[in-house]
Amino acid sequence: MTTTLEPTTNSGDAGAVESFTVTMQVRRYQPEFREDAYWESWTVEMYGTDRVLDALHKIKWELDGTLTFRRSCAHGICGSDAMRINGVNRLACKVLLKDLDLSKPVVVEPIKGLPVEKDMIVDMEPFFQSYREIMPFLIADESREPTRERLQSPEARERFDDTTKCILCAACTSSCPVFWTDGQYFGPAAIVNAHRFIFDDRDEGGDMRLEVLNDKEGVWRCRTTFNCTEACPRGIQVTKAIAEVKQAILARNI
Amino acid sequence: MTTQQQIHIAAPRSGDIDPKYIRSSASSSSNWEMFKWLFMRISGPILLVLIFTHLFSNMMVGDGVQGLNFGLVAGKWASPLWQIWDLVMLWLAMIHGTIGVGTIIDDYTSKDRTRVAFKVALYLASITIVVLGTLVIFTFEPCMTDAAGNLLDNSPSFCFNQ
Repeated sequence: MTTTLEPTTNSGDAGAVESFTVTMQVRRYQPEFREDAYWESWTVEMYGTDRVLDALHKIKWELDGTLTFRRSCAHGICGSDAMRINGVNRLACKVLLKDLDLSKPVVVEPIKGLPVEKDMIVDMEPFFQSYREIMPFLIADESREPTRERLQSPEARERFDDTTKCILCAACTSSCPVFWTDGQYFGPAAIVNAHRFIFDDRDEGGDMRLEVLNDKEGVWRCRTTFNCTEACPRGIQVTKAIAEVKQAILARNI
Repeated sequence: MTTQQQIHIAAPRSGDIDPKYIRSSASSSSNWEMFKWLFMRISGPILLVLIFTHLFSNMMVGDGVQGLNFGLVAGKWASPLWQIWDLVMLWLAMIHGTIGVGTIIDDYTSKDRTRVAFKVALYLASITIVVLGTLVIFTFEPCMTDAAGNLLDNSPSFCFNQ
């Protein structure tokens, strides 16, 4: 006997999930066809369980295959699909359509401050370069290399727990008004990832990282606007982390 | 076997990063930015105390706003306390304001030439005001006379006792 999974009720109306029409207004840039960026709108039928990413998928798969955006896991872990949704930086895979005001078009733009390459795709390299410069890896004295794992107390681990959550989606850095005008600024994400190692008691490269961030384009550029904290899809207290790095630099130099 | 073949991966710090992504400002090991930041945090609260005490002593104490004339200012500047008070207020406010406006210029100018022009104008204006203000506070003559050699009506009381 073969077991088959048959739905008990086969009404075909997707259960009791509400459905609605959504107008998606997307900022498009197609350098192969046009030199300038322009707006394009589509109206699609979506369900109450759908996210902004699902609406973009529906457009790309059924209406216009040229629509271009990054996404990998589609579940808020990989950090590929950060975009500006109704003027705020969000992950398209974490914003439910039903939570937005659907009486107006849902406005989708690429994140700001990084060069746009095509539609939602921006050049992330300046962002990653800042990340590389803060040396996001454990630095420890090789002569005292332990023969077993480096033990750490739960309290010491708690010290930097918040900043371990970063997924490098660039939502914070590209929401920062200082970064928009000064592309050389390290940006919140690089400082958050420096914080993760500076306050790790197993790491011994804290001084080097503090020196890097004491730069003209380092933490002192931060104006505590809190855009980054508001934008972070992981709920990291970004501005607080930046302030802690500022304090650490002050404590080290004075 | 092609073991000699070099496999090139643009890994971090491998030196394969496109030069256009390298930070243009060479990392300077000075603490200039830190002291600038610290100065703003410290001068802010001090200025709050200085300015509101200044306003209170000029406009609330005694006859209030009605008593505010040449004589009141001249009388205050005869005292070393108010001389130093106003001097500190002048310097802190001007440096605090210059750093703040400089930041705004950095934010809103995209061309280097515009930025330099605004910055030069800002620094010239600030230096002029600080120098002139300092000069006035220390060389101020409280007992001014008119063309006929009589003391001005509003002169502070100590002028008349001489």
